[in-house]
Amino acid sequence: MRKLLVTLFLVALAPGAALAAEEGYRLDRAPIDPHDLLSLQAGARTFANYCLNCHGAEYMRYNRLTDIGLTIDQIEDNLMFAADKVGETMKVALKKKEGKKWFGVAPPDLTVVARARGADWLYTYLRTFYRDPKTVSGWNNAVFPNVAMPHVLWTLQGQRALDIVKSEEGGHEKLEYKWRQLSPGLQNQVQYDTTVRDLVNYLVYMGEPAATERKRIGIVVLFALGVLFIFAYLLKKEFWKDVH
Amino acid sequence: MASRLMALWDWFDARMPSVAQEYRKHLAEYYAPKNFNFWYFFGSLAILVLAVQIVSGIFLTMNYKPDAALAFGSVEFIMRDVPGGWIIRYIHSTGASAFFIVVYLHMFRAMLYGSYREPRELLWIFGVLIYLVLMGEAFFGYLLPWGQMSYWGAQVIVNLFGSIPFIGPDVALWIRGDYVISDATLNRFFAFHVVAIPLVLIGLVVAHILALHDVGSNNPDGIEIKKKKDSKGIPLDGIPFHPYYTVKDIVGAVVFVAIFCLILFFTPEMHGYFLEANNFNPADALKTPPHIAPLWYFTPYYSMLRSVPPLFLSQFPGVVVMGMAVMILFLLPWLDRSPVKSIRYRGALYKGALAIFVVVFLILGYLGTEPTNVWGQFGPWLGEADRATVVARICTTLYFLFFILMPWYSKIDKVKPVPERVTM
Repeated sequence: MRKLLVTLFLVALAPGAALAAEEGYRLDRAPIDPHDLLSLQAGARTFANYCLNCHGAEYMRYNRLTDIGLTIDQIEDNLMFAADKVGETMKVALKKKEGKKWFGVAPPDLTVVARARGADWLYTYLRTFYRDPKTVSGWNNAVFPNVAMPHVLWTLQGQRALDIVKSEEGGHEKLEYKWRQLSPGLQNQVQYDTTVRDLVNYLVYMGEPAATERKRIGIVVLFALGVLFIFAYLLKKEFWKDVH
Repeated sequence: MASRLMALWDWFDARMPSVAQEYRKHLAEYYAPKNFNFWYFFGSLAILVLAVQIVSGIFLTMNYKPDAALAFGSVEFIMRDVPGGWIIRYIHSTGASAFFIVVYLHMFRAMLYGSYREPRELLWIFGVLIYLVLMGEAFFGYLLPWGQMSYWGAQVIVNLFGSIPFIGPDVALWIRGDYVISDATLNRFFAFHVVAIPLVLIGLVVAHILALHDVGSNNPDGIEIKKKKDSKGIPLDGIPFHPYYTVKDIVGAVVFVAIFCLILFFTPEMHGYFLEANNFNPADALKTPPHIAPLWYFTPYYSMLRSVPPLFLSQFPGVVVMGMAVMILFLLPWLDRSPVKSIRYRGALYKGALAIFVVVFLILGYLGTEPTNVWGQFGPWLGEADRATVVARICTTLYFLFFILMPWYSKIDKVKPVPERVTM
């Protein structure tokens, strides 16, 4: 019984040391910065040029992009390919049914994809496509195996191959990922990482456009509550003087 | 001006004296023990959160659409296009978790100081009823954003009712109003969440407060202050609730709201505990998530449910255990046989039992948020069973033993003498 309790105690103490149940590709940390407006604008450009062809962002309005320092004219001239009015949401021209026919699944809406997947996941996912003749699209992904989406940014990154080497270590199977560049892209690795970082930065912004404002208001609110606390505390102290 | 207002008040008071009477009864001349400590903030905070939830909820319904095709989008509309909408939505989502935090601490206070003991059994029963109804309110509300976790969480819970022998499938069908969670389910859950359950909740809260003010508040010493009164019939250790506890509770409320705002403005998802990441994917009846976890406040019971092995391929035994885990709370006033109320004067036996109970409840709560293989498996000597499942079984047993053995250990426990008057 005592041993059991000790085990129980130790087990309760170590939830962080959870044994990894699922082996997966290790996610890189996305070096995003919500205050970097140039990065957000570059991300918006990549998003409108590459993503919006198949994916929509049905809850995001074009004119909201004034948040990230763009003017209405800039938005209309450079980013609106599938909409007439700047107040419209980022709907996709591709019909759901057609998307399903072409890819097997309809491309999901991306408005809040960063909140569902997380920035690190997106940042790693968009950088780990590789050539795979066994799939329908000819592409596969290390983070999302057998994903229906082809490598849309391949002209930028170039084509790569992935060799997954399995090895045994202490009874546990270990996977090693070895990348090979098959053909060069328009961008080198650093440039491509920056492109993806900007895109993910934008996706995170789009997931919650109010996030920056939220933190700014939060600081003011907490400061006001701090002041209120002083008065509330002094009031309480004054009343409670005569309680013994 | 002032005399005009006084004249108006006199006119009003002559025609409806009960307002002034009730004010005196519940505030100005309600005598509460003067030795309330930190744990006594959570009752008034629960009322505060209830009010916050009702007001923010009213504003949410102005733009929310209870329609399977529109619900998810309408929440995003609130988050983006409604001015200040995101604040209202985060207040409501943070408030849901805050409600449970406050209520759990409030209930724990009752266990620390024996506040459920005679003459407060009925007060405790109303409290447990509030807790039950609150769980229903949270469950119905969680479907409304119509995300993947909303959908599949509702699916899992409704299927629990489906596991009842013989009548189960019909009951599940009756709850859903369809063969799967669908638009019909969303509509009725909306009706329950915004009208039916809140009405019941408010009624029970009123009953809880009336019952409290009839018997009077307990205190950290577990002494009845009404036993020692002065010549005017006022308890010697009592002070009027207003102004003493109103000004004190304002301090507590400010601190609470500050913590609330810290979460709301800086980490509204609370790392997936208040808003789950997968709930930002719209509900999809054809895509079952690999890992379905309820929100944190249900996870201790969810752990118990999962830990009970199925019988004849039915999850029903687990459902019964889960139900009993909540129902057993009703019996607490009669299970406790200690001659003293407060933990201050109880012996090591009760203190130890309560400590184990708390640890067990927290472990169950943690395990409920994780898949059952989170700690890996035992070796062949235990049939390669999931470690987490075995731990959850032990914890479930200990949870029930805390209650079942209470009549025994609370009676034989060594107690300290209780003072005549409260200690500050």
